[in-house]
Amino acid sequence: MDATTNGQHPAVELTGVSKRFGDRSGTEVTAVDDVDLTIGDGEFYSLLGPSGCGKTTTLRMIAGLELPTAGSIRIHGEEMGLRPPNKRPVNTVFQSYALFPHMSVAKNVGFGLEMRRVPQSERKALIDWAIELVEMGSMAHRKPTQLSGGQQQRVALARALVNRPEVLLLDEPLGALDLKLRHQMQVELKNLQREVGITFVYVTHDQEEAVTMSDRIAVMHDGRLLQVDTPEAIYERPTTRFVADFIGKTNFLEATVAGADEVVLANGDRLRLPSEHASGSAVAVTVRPERLTVHRRGEAPADRHTVDGRVETVTYLGNAVVYGVGVDWMHLEVRCPATLAGDRRDVGDDVTVSFEPQHAAVVTG
Amino acid sequence: MSKGVAKSTAEPQGFSRWLLRGHSLGVFVFFYAPIVVLCIFSFNDSNAVGNWNGFTLGWYEALFDNDNIQSSIWVSVKVCVFSTVIAVVLGTAGALALERFRWWGQKAFDAVLYLPIIIPDVTMAVMMLVFFNEAAGWLDWIPGIDLQDGLEKLVLSHVAFNISFVSVVVRARLANLDASMEEAAADLYANRWQAFRRVTLPQIMPGVIGGALLAVTISLDDVVVSSFVSAVGGTPLSVFVFGMLRKGVSPLVNSVSVVMLAASMALVLASLVISRASGSEREER
Repeated sequence: MDATTNGQHPAVELTGVSKRFGDRSGTEVTAVDDVDLTIGDGEFYSLLGPSGCGKTTTLRMIAGLELPTAGSIRIHGEEMGLRPPNKRPVNTVFQSYALFPHMSVAKNVGFGLEMRRVPQSERKALIDWAIELVEMGSMAHRKPTQLSGGQQQRVALARALVNRPEVLLLDEPLGALDLKLRHQMQVELKNLQREVGITFVYVTHDQEEAVTMSDRIAVMHDGRLLQVDTPEAIYERPTTRFVADFIGKTNFLEATVAGADEVVLANGDRLRLPSEHASGSAVAVTVRPERLTVHRRGEAPADRHTVDGRVETVTYLGNAVVYGVGVDWMHLEVRCPATLAGDRRDVGDDVTVSFEPQHAAVVTG
Repeated sequence: MSKGVAKSTAEPQGFSRWLLRGHSLGVFVFFYAPIVVLCIFSFNDSNAVGNWNGFTLGWYEALFDNDNIQSSIWVSVKVCVFSTVIAVVLGTAGALALERFRWWGQKAFDAVLYLPIIIPDVTMAVMMLVFFNEAAGWLDWIPGIDLQDGLEKLVLSHVAFNISFVSVVVRARLANLDASMEEAAADLYANRWQAFRRVTLPQIMPGVIGGALLAVTISLDDVVVSSFVSAVGGTPLSVFVFGMLRKGVSPLVNSVSVVMLAASMALVLASLVISRASGSEREER
């Protein structure tokens, strides 16, 4: 790695960070509520959550564009305190790109270098490097208004990366692009991050985007950090109902904790599932639709958990079939790979739905 | 279907077409005929304003021989330049403060700032007169300010109303400017001054220039406030011309007006040339 690496300290460290906005009428809104997080060096770290969850405010506090009401923000061990944005070793890619319309692409990219008084002789090479990095070499003399949204996005990226920041902050940078371009940029961003080895903190409300690119995801809701984990862990082992629901489709089976490794479903069935919740507390068991299998009633293998029900809807999707199965106290969605043979259940069939224990997670009610 | 001619359906045909042409002609005549008449009669070799009596440059000669007019032109120019520069700086700062920050008393300040646009000139003039009478003793303590000389009073009172006009124009421009642009500048290591100088100012420049031109025009134009606060011997041109008219209309007024007209047109042309030039310079960068 390079000079940005500092083995002793994490790239970004937030301790007890809160942000409250007061409004004129005297009511206070808590945008970020006592957040602790640690972002490792060279990590692609996503802050994921619905709009208004505090993810952008958290990012802006790291950038210095907002000051926290409480708590401490450290970058490579250095306390940021009241330091203004221009004195922080981070750069930001803004949601609106915020390119300077009166300057050419090259001037935009060189702005940070100019402000830091990097000698003219070095500046040229750095600007060229950054513009080439985002494959905008042929456009260096254009004005931002002469560029498409995707091209502007690349320039915004180059303008930040040219400064070799210790941490790059990205605020929903792909939000304004169309779907196809967004998918392409997701791959490119991830490759770019590997190439330059800079820590990325990425704010998004798009769970697919976060899952595709991130090393770790922090899910936020109502100003709080709900869960921080790898994309796989977030998807497979969510700890709260909100996280399970926000990341992809899922089923919830209402349940009560019966012991350290047993829960009782609403219909009285007992499942052996470990959970950290106190005995008697209301929880839900969540299983993804693709982890469920339908069998003819009673034909499920004995080592799987089972729930009996009746097929209510069948939806053919080409590569998959989605069954809506009515269990006596709720409704389950089952997604099976479509097979050529006619091993298909029909509406009204009595079935058993099964899943492997390790594919279920216990979440807070 | 009629064939061939691909004409816009929105383009009027027949009678209404001639009516519209006549209308626009009428508007132009209404606007410009008085100016043309004024220019022609400024070369009229007659003491009466209304009768054409042959060509002369006499009135322009009289204009340049008249020391009173000369000095009042100088007063106007000085007041105009100083008050515009001060009003542009303060008005732009005010616009920035109102548009970019939230602070205690902002709403009140907002309302008060635009008061000079709303209140009648006469009220403003009386206010200024009373203020200077009361404040003269106090302001005389400040070195370099001598309120006995009318020039400072004129500049201060013109600044007082021009700030409003400048800040209205600049603020309209600022409101359309993405605030994250300044944040981006700060994020890219610019301090507040650099962010303003390199990012904000170039983008609000058309508004600042527009506000300045407005201030220049209003300052040159102003009769009411100026006639209340100007001292004897230090009257600006507008007040002087108004005074001339009261003594009876002399064709000298025509030549004075033509000079003023030419000056203001030169000003507008100059600002156009400057904005073109800076525009193409920016293209090159």
